[in-house]
Amino acid sequence: MGYPHKPHAKETALLSKHFGDPDARTYKGWAKRGGYEAWKQAQTMAPAAITDVVKESGLRGRGGAGFPTGLKWSFMPKEKKKPHYLCVNADESEPGTFKDREIMRWTPHALLEGTLIAMRAIQAEVGYIYIRGEFTEPYAIMEQALAEATKAGVLGGHKIHLHRGAGAYICGEETAMMNSIEGKRGNPRIKPPFPAAFGVFGMPTTINNVETLAAVPHILRQGAAWYKAMSLSNPKSTGTKLFSVCGHVRLPGNYEVTMGFPLKDLLHELCGGMRPGRTLKACIPGGSSVPILNREESEGCLLDYEGCVEKGTMLGSGGVIVFDDSADMVYQIMRLARFYAHESCAQCTQCREGTAWTTKILERILAGQGKMADLDLLLDLSDNMTGKTICVLSDSCAAPVVSGIKKFRTEFEDYIAGRKQPVMVA
Amino acid sequence: MSAVETQEYAPVFTGKTLERLQEILTRYPTKQAALLPALWLVQGERGWISDRNMVEVGEVLGLTPAYVKGVVTFYTMYHQHPVGANFVQVCTTSPCNICGAEDVVKALLAHTGAKELGATSPDGQWTVIEVECLGACGFATPVLVNDDFVESVTPERVPELVRKYK
Repeated sequence: MGYPHKPHAKETALLSKHFGDPDARTYKGWAKRGGYEAWKQAQTMAPAAITDVVKESGLRGRGGAGFPTGLKWSFMPKEKKKPHYLCVNADESEPGTFKDREIMRWTPHALLEGTLIAMRAIQAEVGYIYIRGEFTEPYAIMEQALAEATKAGVLGGHKIHLHRGAGAYICGEETAMMNSIEGKRGNPRIKPPFPAAFGVFGMPTTINNVETLAAVPHILRQGAAWYKAMSLSNPKSTGTKLFSVCGHVRLPGNYEVTMGFPLKDLLHELCGGMRPGRTLKACIPGGSSVPILNREESEGCLLDYEGCVEKGTMLGSGGVIVFDDSADMVYQIMRLARFYAHESCAQCTQCREGTAWTTKILERILAGQGKMADLDLLLDLSDNMTGKTICVLSDSCAAPVVSGIKKFRTEFEDYIAGRKQPVMVA
Repeated sequence: MSAVETQEYAPVFTGKTLERLQEILTRYPTKQAALLPALWLVQGERGWISDRNMVEVGEVLGLTPAYVKGVVTFYTMYHQHPVGANFVQVCTTSPCNICGAEDVVKALLAHTGAKELGATSPDGQWTVIEVECLGACGFATPVLVNDDFVESVTPERVPELVRKYK
């Protein structure tokens, strides 16, 4: 449902059904709502059978990459020779995204249940839920839920621990997260080796996003075919997805819709449209790391993995950032570049230097001291930042810059040519 | 030694805090993995993490002081200097920015008397900093006051918020 707003008839509330209901947070309340039934069912199934159901459902990773979840689980060694681990990615830090926060705040047991099922599927005895340091409230709620579930004896022989981050966006990258759990700086690792072979503590590991795991109990209880049938456009994108909508809409919040739902309807109907007297200018549909769409592209975009690619962007994490005609795109793109410059782990030259210089050049333009050649320089810089580093943070900085210059070039030129008053001091 | 220095040199991992660390150590196959939680314990006890504390953490976990410092400096939430009694983090990344986050920052600096980002108010009560995305973009502007996550802060709501912590 459109938390914190009333549910909308066009939503399909699966994960968000109990958002806003404090009773669902408790073990008792959750059990009353059918909680842990799927976990009971999973305990009667062979690990490979659980993986097969998830594979068949078409569930794909909700953290951003969209990798098929069942396939990821199947990469874990079948014959167990070493301890296996599950890491739950609750480091939600992608600008525009705030769905995992809501899952943990309202339905902590849904996450625990999905985590337990995944642990059985990959034969892991220990799971770490990595929660970003700033999420003080979700952490406390998860801690309480974990204590209740442990007391109720639902964990069986499994152990789940919460691990608190300490302010580093990059720790949402799976290999950086594993380093952070190990007590290291959150530097991403070179792949291969992949986590399923050499993960946290050097052991076979799977990393899944909160929303992905929260969907798993539903799939187990209602079947792969039922889940797979939820698809409005491309059959490769199945199920429901939580979209966190923020920025210039009347009703920002989390909305859960079936894959393939039109972005236009999400913005203009579910979110109540733009503020009075304003029109849509741009939209970033999948968190700040994906290319920006202009109005026309946004209004023709279908929200699934393929629909977003068709418009030259990505579904990402489903963090929808909306800009109306009052937004200064140059300033906002600078803010995004500054974010990446701040969050770069600084291992790779292209990223460490590239994100910093991209920010400096954008600041120079905003201070009225830019040159027309700066736009080509930014594009050249972005090209050198794409596909050349250990992780994709550098690419993520380039995406809004390249798409922004391409789609809103005149706004940059206005600052450079002195047609617009500088908004920054050099 | 001043009172502040005496506290700085007193060990953190004794009594209950040591017990908590020992429980944390059971969660991981290595001692090193308890580093982030151990640093949180130090900051919880002392409000910040001094060089002396880093040495102690290193001793407890079998790590060198330089290694511990390397980790502390990577994560922005660990304070390497004392901060105000109330530590305020305001999100100013793009989604909050377009909803007026920079005006919230201005109002906070004015009403707390901190005046300048990162500086502590003369009465030692307030430090205000801008942070990147707090992960609550639909509730612009989110502000973290110590461990309290406050949603939908506007410049108009700032005086009331500041009063609450005075």
